Parts: sequence; C-alpha cells; structure tokens
Amino acid sequence: MASEHDSLPVIVTRKDEALGALQQMVSKSLGWARKYSLFQYPFVTACCGMEYMTVGASRYDLDRFGAALPRFSPRQADLLMVTGTVNCRQAPILRRVWESIAEPKWVVAFGVCASTGGFYDNYATMQGIDRVIPVDVYIPGCPPRPEQVIDGIIMLQAKIQGQTHKIIERKALPIAGREPYEP
Amino acid sequence: MAKVVIDALLARFPRIAADPYQGPGGDDVVFVRKDQIVEVCRFLKTDPGMAFNMAPYITAVDYLGQEPRFEVVYNLYSTSLNHRVRLRVKVPEGDAVLPSVCGVWRGADWFERYCYDMYGIRFTDHPDLRRLFMYDEFVGHPLRKDYPLRGRQPLVKERELTEPYRGPGAASPDQA
Repeated sequence: MASEHDSLPVIVTRKDEALGALQQMVSKSLGWARKYSLFQYPFVTACCGMEYMTVGASRYDLDRFGAALPRFSPRQADLLMVTGTVNCRQAPILRRVWESIAEPKWVVAFGVCASTGGFYDNYATMQGIDRVIPVDVYIPGCPPRPEQVIDGIIMLQAKIQGQTHKIIERKALPIAGREPYEP
Repeated sequence: MAKVVIDALLARFPRIAADPYQGPGGDDVVFVRKDQIVEVCRFLKTDPGMAFNMAPYITAVDYLGQEPRFEVVYNLYSTSLNHRVRLRVKVPEGDAVLPSVCGVWRGADWFERYCYDMYGIRFTDHPDLRRLFMYDEFVGHPLRKDYPLRGRQPLVKERELTEPYRGPGAASPDQA
C-alpha cells in the first residue's frame, strides 16, 4: 500500500541537514540584505516618469525602503523600473537593457502601459513588457499614486525575502550570437 | 486678409489652382494640382505680398473608397503679414508621387517623411526620404485606412502565453 512515506527520502544524513540549514540561513540573510538595497535602473519612456520622480522625492521618499538610488547604467542596477509605454520599436532596447543587468535582478512594470499596454491598443505599442521580459511586480494606475508604488516595492521586498539566494550561483552564461536565453 | 491670397493665386495660376472655399476658423482653402505644387509654393514664399515664410504643418489624408484616394494638405503661415492659407493636393493611389517642397521650406523635410511613413506617399527630390516614426523593418503604412488596427510587427520574439489570466511567461519556481 503506497503511502506518503514512500516519497520521502529514505536517508537524510546529518551533513545534508546541516548544509540545508546553513543554506537557509544564508538565503535568509542574503535576501534580507538584497531587499533593502534595491538599486534601480529607471527605464522611463513616458509620463509615468513624473510620478516616478515624485515617489523618489522627499515627501514619499523611496529611500526609506532602500530603493532610492537610481543607477544610470544597467550594470550597476538590480531593479529594472519600466516606467511608461514601450512600443515595438523600443522593445529590443528594453530587452538589451534587461540582459545587461547582472543577476540577481528584478523587474517592476510601473503603470498600466508597461503592464498591459494600457489604452494604446494599436499598431505601435507593445501590449505589456512581459511579452519581452519577465516581470516580478505589476503596479497598475495611469499613472499610479506614489502610495501604490510604495506598496509595489514592499510587495517586491516580500517576494525577494521569500526567494532562494545563494552565495555562488553557477549558471550557464549566455553566449553572444546564440539565441537570447530565456529566464 | 486671406481673400487677397486666394485671389492672387487664382489670377496667377488659373489652370493650377481651383475651387477655393472658406474653411472653418477663417482659413481659406484652395485646391492645387500636384505637378505644379512647387511653383505655387515658391510664389507664395517669395512674393512680397504673400510672404508665407513658414509651413507649420503638412499632412496627408486617406479618403478610402474615393478617387483620387489620397490628399496632401499644406498649411502655410506668414509671420510678417499674419495670414494663413491651406493648399489641398489630390493624389491618386496608383501614382502617389509628389514633388518635394523641401527646397522651398527646409522644415518640410520631416513632414514629408511623416507622410511617406504613415501613408506611403513618396516625394521626389527629397534629400532623405526615410521612415520617420516606424522602424525600417515595418511593412506597410499604418495610417492608411486599410491597414489593420492592431497590425503589430514585433521586432523581438514575444514570449509564449502560458497563463492566460496573468499574461505571458509563467513564473519560474524560483520567482514564485
């Protein structure tokens, strides 16, 4: 008679247990460190950028969440804020910016245009950036209120804390000239 | 004021300019034949009584189902005499080629590129007739009435739709 005990690993050595516990501790502390030091790359293409400036300024102050410092090079950033409408002509640029960001990286779709295309359902507009790159948090609104953005950042922080972090992540690197790798 | 312009145009180009009427907002409109548009424009710019030193807007219209199908509209303005005139040029679909007025107003450059990009109307003697808004890989002309409304032509491969209610791309286990 098959029971749930059958699917459990038969032998868990003390080494495995200890390594698992250590890995969990490392993952938790790395997650804690990473969620409070989100360096953003603002990919600002449209009017949502004004709201982005507001949320970074003193009244709403994203710095309270450790996410205030925009880096204007994707290589120094780990949070891609796509702020505004992305059209078909810009999609390769967005894709390339996202590929230039070093791991670990997260993406926030800021505003309804970045999330779904918004009301630009026409020949020119990409219907949401998740057609091109993976998105972690969608912030709706046209443009979103700063409180919504802060809520989205807090949601992203909770997500980062829940993820598995490793000190060394061995992954096959993408090779130039080949197919762009899918996450 | 613009009545003077229309009268002068009709007197000088009796066989080229025709059918004047007064448009809304006091703008005077006249139809011009497409082969002589450069002569008319040069006269309007250089004549001291006209002095149309500015072409604030040049655009095109697609009258799908009518013949001739297209129309190029030149809105002209004189900053010194403060008057306006609008020239309408009918362009058939089979021969959608016009002489360029870039030699008259340098600012007409991007307007004509716009007309080429959006309507596929070509301009001879244009210095650099490329698409203005859309990318080179784009096929067709999006503001034509027979272009499909959502005819997107993505440049990069789009991700597959795995979760219809959450958009393309299922979250990988690590990202959940």
